[in-house]
Amino acid sequence: MNAAGNARTAEAEGHPSGDSRFRIVEATMKRHQYRSDALIEVLHTAQEAFGYLDMDLLLYIAHSLKAAPSRVFGVATFYRFFTLKPQGEHTCVVCTGTACYVKGAMGILAAVEEETGVSAGSTSADNRLSVLTARCLGSCGIAPAVVFDGTVAGDQSVDTVVEKMKGLLA
Amino acid sequence: MNLPALHEMATGERRANGGTHIHTCVASGCLSSNSQAVHDSLTAAAVDADPNSDVRACAVGCLRLCSEGPLVSVTQPDGEATLYRNVAPEHAASIVGALNGGDAEVDTVDPDHPFFAGQEGIVLENSGKVEPERIESYVAAGGYESLYHVVHEMTPNEVVDEVTRSGLRGRGGAGFPTGVKWATVAKQEAAQKYVVCNADEGDPGAFMDRSVLESDPHRVLEGMAISAYAVGATQGYVYVRGEYPLAIKRLTRAIRQARRLGVLGTQVFESFFDFRIDIRVGAGAFVCGEETALIASIEGQRGTPRPRPPFPAESGIWGSPTLINNVETFANIVPIVREGTDWFASIGTEKSKGTKVFALAGKVRHTGLIEVPMGTTLQEIVIDMAGGTPDERQVKAVQTGGPSGGCIPASALDTPVDYESLAEIGSIMGSGGMIVMDDQDSMIDVARFFMEFCMEESCGKCAPCRIGTVQLHRLLAKLTSGNGTAADVAALEHLSDVVRHTSLCGLGQTAPNPVLSTLRHFPEEYEAAITK
Repeated sequence: MNAAGNARTAEAEGHPSGDSRFRIVEATMKRHQYRSDALIEVLHTAQEAFGYLDMDLLLYIAHSLKAAPSRVFGVATFYRFFTLKPQGEHTCVVCTGTACYVKGAMGILAAVEEETGVSAGSTSADNRLSVLTARCLGSCGIAPAVVFDGTVAGDQSVDTVVEKMKGLLA
Repeated sequence: MNLPALHEMATGERRANGGTHIHTCVASGCLSSNSQAVHDSLTAAAVDADPNSDVRACAVGCLRLCSEGPLVSVTQPDGEATLYRNVAPEHAASIVGALNGGDAEVDTVDPDHPFFAGQEGIVLENSGKVEPERIESYVAAGGYESLYHVVHEMTPNEVVDEVTRSGLRGRGGAGFPTGVKWATVAKQEAAQKYVVCNADEGDPGAFMDRSVLESDPHRVLEGMAISAYAVGATQGYVYVRGEYPLAIKRLTRAIRQARRLGVLGTQVFESFFDFRIDIRVGAGAFVCGEETALIASIEGQRGTPRPRPPFPAESGIWGSPTLINNVETFANIVPIVREGTDWFASIGTEKSKGTKVFALAGKVRHTGLIEVPMGTTLQEIVIDMAGGTPDERQVKAVQTGGPSGGCIPASALDTPVDYESLAEIGSIMGSGGMIVMDDQDSMIDVARFFMEFCMEESCGKCAPCRIGTVQLHRLLAKLTSGNGTAADVAALEHLSDVVRHTSLCGLGQTAPNPVLSTLRHFPEEYEAAITK
């Protein structure tokens, strides 16, 4: 058995934990021939499969791509899209782009924070809800926009958002 | 794939489309107000009314007037068109019923409204007409014929010349002549060259590129293929924002369709030209819109810029010559090849040719996408086309260019929209975001908002940007909280100058623009904010 075969055999069997989600990550790495320049693509897949990137997952990716853990950690923390913390059951993303800002996005965010007691960028203690902000969703024509559980809603106001939050957490 | 086969596909598609069309916008704006359900119920209603009818319900791209979505456009065989607004799924029967005469009980938009009348469609000519998820629809609109013409009937040099003579300038914001960029890459001797489409539309308030990709992805792919032939590249990347899942989905689909048809991949149109396109999904870093940072990101690194020269045209991805153009720039290529350079050069102003797409948003009555000839004044766009503010308040300023641009005061609304005029007044063309503000908005607060953005998005590589933006933000926050002094304003001005001239890349170099432009045009607000 040659050295390369050795390394691949270990990976082909997936993660020692037996978690099948690692297979999805594995498939993406394989498609990119384990090239370390595919790191961002792999992180995207990993986050999609796991919801967030924990240290174990980052180390696993670093090992598979033969990249320094510091580089993988550096890339994962550089980009805003990647999160190293688990998200709540529900998410509420308030767009704070320019168009939304001039149409009162900050008031909406404040109302969400007050209604739920969760501050922007954090998750409630019971893991029910994460409140986040977005740079710009590109939905400026229907500003102010808020994303509830992945669905964009336009022309929001403090009242509609508070009502929606009540429904979401009921 | 060859030309007769392409024509056959186009004819077949056109024949199938001889009757009445019901076009529903399924771009992101309308989609978030449930336009997919509208499309589905219209499709069902058309079949219910008459299973053998020649009425076709199509899911198309952006119909531009986003504030009135979901939008549905009905075109009769005689060319008569009606545009319905705020359509709900339950309106479907009424719209289909009105096809045989009578009026539907749905609000309509006047197609002669200045919002539409002032527009000129070059980049968006297919938007709202072709179905973005079907290549046949794009081919029926003459798609990929320009690529055939280029690959089989022109030399690479002729293509570069054509683009140079058209006077096209980069639509990403800086306005660098596209032909010069192409010529630089074309003359490099290298075994491998790359073409990159910059779809990392990071400016908050801009959504033109997203709309183009969602509405007409093949147009961008064809433009990229033509550029690759001209400069001698065999591999292309579309670097698209992770925040645009729908654009990514439609692009992925379009690339697969084009490859299957033989207009991308190896031996394009049975020639010796090979060109492959892959998608790279960005991960939410504004700085990656800067070309050297974008290259680092494509290589799987942190997106930090590096000093230029060498420019990417000489040394880009993995050290190979790389052509980087914006989405809208690529979308301009097909019409230039098809209609000729003289036609293109006849539109616009002396130094800025063609049209520009703007994403109109903020405090205006009609928001959405507009495409106007260069040289149109801000007055025409904001007041005539967009209808001014919705609640009869005064327009105070128009912000263009996002965090790299500036605020143009209402007194300067007669400024024509072209690269030079906007730069002269302290703003920039930018990628095309245009946000209108009224007399309730504080200009210092807007400057603070953009500085906060730049501060958080600074990659941290160079000190002037990393430290300067934090200090500038602190000064602006002090002023907006009412604790500012005259010395703070002086420091703001001085520091802006330092950051502008000493930062490594465009992010830092342009970050002070919102401050400088508001200092210049709204000095009274800064004076009022000073506590003695």
